[in-house]
Amino acid sequence: MAAVMPAPAQSRLLMSGNEAVARAVWESGVKVAAAYPGTPATEMLEVISTYPDLYSEWSVNEKTSLEVAFGAAMAGSRSFCAMKHVGLNVASDALMTLTLTGVAGGLVIAVADDVGLSSSQNEQDSRFWGRFAHVPILEPADSQEAYEYTRLAYELSERFQTPVILRMTTRICHVKALVTVGERAPHVAPGFKKEAARWVMVPGAAARRIPLMFQREIDLRAEAETSALNFVDAGSDRRVGFVASGPAYMHVKEAFPDAPVLKLGFSFPAPFEKIRAFAATVEHCVVVEEVEPLLETELKAQGIKVVGKDILPRSGELSPPVLKPAVLRLLGEEVPEPEKKARPVAPLPVFPRPPTMCVACPHLGVYYTLSQLRNITISGDIGCYTLGFGHPWNALDACISMGASMGMALGLDKGRGESDKDKKIVAVIGDSTFLHMGMQGLLDIVYNRGNVTVLLLDNRAVGMTGGQDNPGNGRDIHGEEAPRVDFEKLVKALGVKDERVHVVNPYELPTLFKTLRDETKVPEPSVIITNQPCVLIQDYHKLKPFTVIDDKCTGCGNCLDTGCPAIHVTKRDSVVKPSGKTVDLAFVRIESSVCTGCGLCVQPCAPDAIVHADKVIQIKPLQRH
Amino acid sequence: MSDNITNILVVGVGGQGVMTATEILAEAAIALGHDVKKTEVAGMAQRGGVVSSHLRFGPKVLSPQIAPGSAHILLAFEAAEGMRWRHMMRPDALALINTGNLAPPVVELGLFEYPADPVGEMRGSGARVYSFDASAIANGLGDIRLGNTVMLGAIADHLPFSADVLEQCVLKRFARKGEKVIEMNRQAFAAGRAAAAEAQKTQDARAEALA
Repeated sequence: MAAVMPAPAQSRLLMSGNEAVARAVWESGVKVAAAYPGTPATEMLEVISTYPDLYSEWSVNEKTSLEVAFGAAMAGSRSFCAMKHVGLNVASDALMTLTLTGVAGGLVIAVADDVGLSSSQNEQDSRFWGRFAHVPILEPADSQEAYEYTRLAYELSERFQTPVILRMTTRICHVKALVTVGERAPHVAPGFKKEAARWVMVPGAAARRIPLMFQREIDLRAEAETSALNFVDAGSDRRVGFVASGPAYMHVKEAFPDAPVLKLGFSFPAPFEKIRAFAATVEHCVVVEEVEPLLETELKAQGIKVVGKDILPRSGELSPPVLKPAVLRLLGEEVPEPEKKARPVAPLPVFPRPPTMCVACPHLGVYYTLSQLRNITISGDIGCYTLGFGHPWNALDACISMGASMGMALGLDKGRGESDKDKKIVAVIGDSTFLHMGMQGLLDIVYNRGNVTVLLLDNRAVGMTGGQDNPGNGRDIHGEEAPRVDFEKLVKALGVKDERVHVVNPYELPTLFKTLRDETKVPEPSVIITNQPCVLIQDYHKLKPFTVIDDKCTGCGNCLDTGCPAIHVTKRDSVVKPSGKTVDLAFVRIESSVCTGCGLCVQPCAPDAIVHADKVIQIKPLQRH
Repeated sequence: MSDNITNILVVGVGGQGVMTATEILAEAAIALGHDVKKTEVAGMAQRGGVVSSHLRFGPKVLSPQIAPGSAHILLAFEAAEGMRWRHMMRPDALALINTGNLAPPVVELGLFEYPADPVGEMRGSGARVYSFDASAIANGLGDIRLGNTVMLGAIADHLPFSADVLEQCVLKRFARKGEKVIEMNRQAFAAGRAAAAEAQKTQDARAEALA
């Protein structure tokens, strides 16, 4: 994305939490910003990359992004990195030691927790990392606070020479609300000062930093006690009071407008004395935190009488319909309908509508082929292709984390049980995930002589998060030309034999099928690279759409097995075969307005009923141009 | 929940422009001085999944989420999606529904059935239901992508502010796309208004017949 003129100071803008953070990063004079895409955090870096006067990058993974940001912070520059919750697991190795060195320039790590798992493989509470790494946590409750807290985080970071975690959740990142923005204040970096005792974390030096880190935590807790980010909303009804942080604060205010609330914007280290004093002013003190009972456990250990996860769910969002009945029950009150005037009806049963792969997606051919193979175990990875586990392919058997397909496949190979003796083990991974964390797994397969066939789906994009650029497509975060990884050379350099590496067009089903079948028979590592771009990016070129000749369609349904969403059933029927077996038939049409002519469905169509749409139109009279 | 907040739930399928339409509604509410919050959970929705977008506006909005049973208006870009979210409506809510169907692959594969009469199911809640084929209207105007402007036209006469404000916000979106695109959207917006008005007449006649 090209740089744009930022909106003037004092503008009131409708911004998502991610956009608000990006604006504040720019205003804070940040010099270096880095991230790997991940829902719901992706837009922070995407938007930052449109601002002038700062360096931004897509890093190959979250650990690298944190190291890049930390490097800039060592030089005294302000720096920023953003990631989804699982990204901080990857980056944590760096975090756990850079907390000892601390920073010179401000370093803010924005971590987006996917509370409610809208687009993630697990639900985590990143506030654990604050406690684990002894770094402060700020928790905004809406876009305006996301903006303000980001600016404050840089002051805090530099005053205490500590990285600061800005804890976001999906309900902050993706909610749009009004934000009043301010001026940019340039920041001057003093430059890197050599100081081995500070920056070289060998045991002796690190041991001497530990007491400093603990003292910093004590100082930060004192700061939290007096911070304006931790404030009380007085309430008239003192039967119940709330200690709340993040979006849960807004939910509490919505559900219990008359209750006193202690809002924690600076939530770790927690201001115990402020909370103790508040708890003494209410009959019941309820801690409302998404998602783990971290603060609650600490408060109970401090002897402060609170309730929390004893009455609230330990997973998912604490929205008003969740909070209200739980707290009313605590007060011994009757639980009314959500709205007095309303009589809500139960949800109606409607078919599920799971996410699908796109029309003409190059992964369709891969999963169609995998679904045709027997006696196979498929180790999967994180990306659009994870959807291969679903209908109609049912061709992905395991998925846990970024890059894990390789290691899991090797383990499935080495740990074969009785029923796996003759199984073929296949790993499926996308280009960006391979570069993120998959390369090491492949090296492990090669080095340890595993019998695994790897499908490396190179679609030249980080597809699931919206087609971001990466080292595999030769474009940087601004869409400018950048050095491009040669996957063929890369996997050969990792030790895969030349004759075991194949580059295949995933739309050519017979070739793909034959290559996959042949390679799974060879008892050594092989890599099949598919080479067609994601249909959502600029590299993809549409072809002439197809249509179905109704009279020729025999209802075999083979085309439906590709899983292309452009194919629709027009009529169902069944026939009894001479063998006495009843076979279901599904006659189809292709939605030509969305078909981009990949030709995948043409190949399994036995009666050749699928033809280019213009061929059918041509036979109509009166067609003029 | 405060009575001075308007709750509008916009639902559909990933790729239909649900989130953009909600954003335009939000801009109109802001132009009239309201506080606004807009939220959706649509992480993987660009892959043809379910999208529901919540818009709340009024003097001061706290939680961004609309609670079940409290939506004043349900704007459904797809018939079965309207049905999926029926429980979010107040009993006196208005539902504006595109009768155009989009069956997902699991339905095409015969694993699930598309409901026979989603609009009828919506009426079962007692809410006012105005249904019309916005997809056909958009296709008739030459581009299925005009569907969300048709839907915005349909809601325009049912908001606590004038239709002109919303129309200006819609057209502003296309200001840089050239006069032809602006004109197509102007027509789509007008067609949506007309379709909703026509559907209202049908619904009123039905209500009268039942009374």
